[in-house]
Amino acid sequence: MGMMELPDLLERVRQIGEEIIGPNAADVDGQGRFPTEGIEALKKEKLLSALVPVDLGGMEMTIDDLTKICTVLGKYCSSTAMIFAMHHIQLACVVRHGLSSPMLRTYLAELVEKQFLIASVTSEVGIGGDTRSSLCAVEVDGPRFVLNKDSTAISYGAHADDLVVTCRRNKDAASSDQVMVLLKKGDYTLEQVGSWDTLGMRGTCSPGFKLRSTGPVEQIIPGAYGDASSQTMVPFSHMLWGGLWLGISSAAVNKAAAFVRKAARRTPGQVPPMALRLAEVSNKLQSMRANVNDMANECAALQRSPDGNEAMLSMGFALRMNNLKIYCSSIMVEIVHDSMLVCGILAYKNDSEYSLGRQLRDAHSAALMVANDRIYAKNASLLLVHKDV
Amino acid sequence: MELSFRFATRPTNSYQMTIDDSIRKVLKDHANLSVDALTVAEDADLYKNGMTSQTGVNVMLALEGAFDFEFPDTMLNRSVFQTIANIRAAVQKLTEKN
Ligand SMILES: Cc1cc2nc3c(=O)[nH]c(=O)nc-3n(C[C@H](O)[C@H](O)[C@H](O)COP(=O)(O)OP(=O)(O)OC[C@H]3O[C@@H](n4cnc5c(N)ncnc54)[C@H](O)[C@@H]3O)c2cc1C
Repeated sequence: MGMMELPDLLERVRQIGEEIIGPNAADVDGQGRFPTEGIEALKKEKLLSALVPVDLGGMEMTIDDLTKICTVLGKYCSSTAMIFAMHHIQLACVVRHGLSSPMLRTYLAELVEKQFLIASVTSEVGIGGDTRSSLCAVEVDGPRFVLNKDSTAISYGAHADDLVVTCRRNKDAASSDQVMVLLKKGDYTLEQVGSWDTLGMRGTCSPGFKLRSTGPVEQIIPGAYGDASSQTMVPFSHMLWGGLWLGISSAAVNKAAAFVRKAARRTPGQVPPMALRLAEVSNKLQSMRANVNDMANECAALQRSPDGNEAMLSMGFALRMNNLKIYCSSIMVEIVHDSMLVCGILAYKNDSEYSLGRQLRDAHSAALMVANDRIYAKNASLLLVHKDV
Repeated sequence: MELSFRFATRPTNSYQMTIDDSIRKVLKDHANLSVDALTVAEDADLYKNGMTSQTGVNVMLALEGAFDFEFPDTMLNRSVFQTIANIRAAVQKLTEKN
């Protein structure tokens, strides 16, 4: 198959980061434009099908390895890394819940060949960030369905090939009785509502859209979204986000460290005062990395284990995955901020090699990509009955 | 009625009735179902009938209160609370231990 081993693949992604993604990051941010060249370079390496099983032509990559790729990408461009992560969150849902469907298997084989980009349509006007309720419903009529949704944000909606949409199972279903539906290019139209002129993550191009669609019923992903959410959507989201946020954070600390080393070379024998703050921020980065690695190992072990899918429905797992997201999103803001203080005015300037403005603005998106307080509220409720804290 | 099952020593028919009644009452008060909890089929999927992870927690708490036990963490997952029959099996397992 000529498949690359992980270290070689990570090195290849690092090269793409150095040569293509990194050099374009400031322009992507400045213009708030889709990072076309970076995503195209990843497609050339067939990385958009990394999660697809080997027998369908993919790499069958595990969640811990994919997390490492997100970390490398995060060092160069938060938006590119986020697009890559969000695509894989949707792909994971199709791979892990759709393989019993011949049509979805055919779709995945085609995705390997054509490197389709999949966007996510979970949040909804009138619901906000509560992914476990929907207002909209898929309406089946014979062999086809109709599905319409008013979404508050669809990242790279205008640049995606396909979409995965959450909705109620039918128009009489309860708001939490949801399914996922795959929409292929040609099945849907998107009418943009509003703009995406944000503080950070500007290259994700995530305005609201009115979605109108129809397609064959085989594209309704089998099973209940409630289970898929606990077993796939939430763990993959929090894990891959954690991975890319770790990349953003470690790139910031690297800049601070380079700054301190430079200062130290000017005055050998004297520890520069800001080295103390560097020591402090490196401590935070280590905790963050440990948290990401620990949960990546747990997820990978569960996915290998025969009763892993059952274990992922447990409250303990949900609590830990939620804690990962809350911790990483909060500590990243501290880490980038602390790194800025180490470099001082040179990090605050937008045109210096130590500039950290873009990373700081990007970092602030993390706490609201599903509001941390919403997630804390879920954990608070779980802890009323979960015992092993 | 709340206390009667605690003194029952073996799972007779009426004992089972009492457990079912208590479970259905808890569901009626806390699950926020879109159907009548007192009459819904014992194998109906409660999550498909409006129970959410949030109201599911309320159901767990109310069952722990009503039966005076604690669910071990291994039982705290969606499948155990998916149907009345599953909940009954869990309750029986925990009450028989005592
Ligand atoms: C960069 C970026 C990309 C995105 N891409 C996509 C995408 O591709 N697809 C998609 O579907 N969505 C996307 N989103 C949307 C995102 O996932 C959330 O749904 C959205 O940001 C939540 O919107 P909100 O803050 O208005 O709403 P809410 O989640 O309703 O939060 C509003 C406020 O209410 C508080 N709050 C709400 N509920 C509770 C509660 N239960 N307890 C305590 N406090 C609460 C929150 O803390 C917050 O302060 C994206 C968002 C960002 C930032």
